[in-house]
Amino acid sequence: MSRPEEISPPEIFYGDTEASKYTSNSRIQTIQAQMTERALELLALPPDESAFLLDIGCGSGLSGEILDEEGHVWVGVDIAPSMLEVALEREVEGDLFLHDIGQGFGFRPGTFDGAISISVLQWLLNADSTSHSPSARLTRFFTTLHASLRNPSRAVFQFYPSSDDQVTMITAAAQRAGFGGGIVVDYPNSKKARKMYLCLMVGQQQPDQSRIPQGLQHEGQV
Amino acid sequence: MVRLITHNMLACHVRNCNKDNFPLIFSEVELVIRETPENLDFIRRFLPKLDWTALVDTARSLGDTTLPDEQPVEMTDDQLRALHHVLMEMHVEEGNMTCRGCGHVYPISNGIPNMLLAEHEVGR
Ligand SMILES: [Zn+2]
Repeated sequence: MSRPEEISPPEIFYGDTEASKYTSNSRIQTIQAQMTERALELLALPPDESAFLLDIGCGSGLSGEILDEEGHVWVGVDIAPSMLEVALEREVEGDLFLHDIGQGFGFRPGTFDGAISISVLQWLLNADSTSHSPSARLTRFFTTLHASLRNPSRAVFQFYPSSDDQVTMITAAAQRAGFGGGIVVDYPNSKKARKMYLCLMVGQQQPDQSRIPQGLQHEGQV
Repeated sequence: MVRLITHNMLACHVRNCNKDNFPLIFSEVELVIRETPENLDFIRRFLPKLDWTALVDTARSLGDTTLPDEQPVEMTDDQLRALHHVLMEMHVEEGNMTCRGCGHVYPISNGIPNMLLAEHEVGR
């Protein structure tokens, strides 16, 4: 089976049909919800406080709905207009922006208390019509994201790398942009449940939170 | 669905545009007010992030004159409520956001601003 990011750029792949298919598929919904909750857990926000969050590649608002439920105020960016249309129809609370994350962000320094991103980062790596190389896009993305995050805070990305080289390239670009942190692998021994998260840290974390979190080992732990 | 809380955090991201790139100026605005449950603790914690002058100017350009010129040192609950209204309940559904520095126009359609840049506008 081909990976979607190898077929076409996301704004093309997630056209009207894929956007509604993606959103109404209950298996995708469940997995997306679980990954969003895990990403929130890895963000390690102060308990019982609404935060101002960025949802990178918010798509049709599946993760945004969970941010709403948790009482967070959020901004979502996505490059696929038809996904954003679906998010509008679902009446999520966040502000939605049509945005190519490879072009970088214009948010003022320290804007966000955290950022999450579910199943998006791998899209940044495929070369499409743009004349800019994936590495230039990655650098611009991480640099401007780092600036827009509060000190201290975190950004957590669930993603599907297609190779170890991709993981290295992404991690290196994040470190060059000033992020600490690293990769968390949940259920590393399960072919089906294995999930990879890039858990990035801005500034000095709380003493008990400064190490890269442990991956989950047994299914049913979430 | 551009709320002023988000607009107050947003500068122009066109390449080499770093003067007068904030705040983006609204024009031809269609405004919708949507009531939202108050979370005054959140608003209070958000205060240090706000650019007050930009917020007051923007709110006034959209017809809301409830905020004082100077940011109060201690906010009363009534002032926080007025701020909640401005930040969370005023939604710009249609219109433009224009950068004073480079002139780039970010159009807002159906509540969604188009932040896409042309190739030559993308930073390095
Ligand atoms: Zn500009």
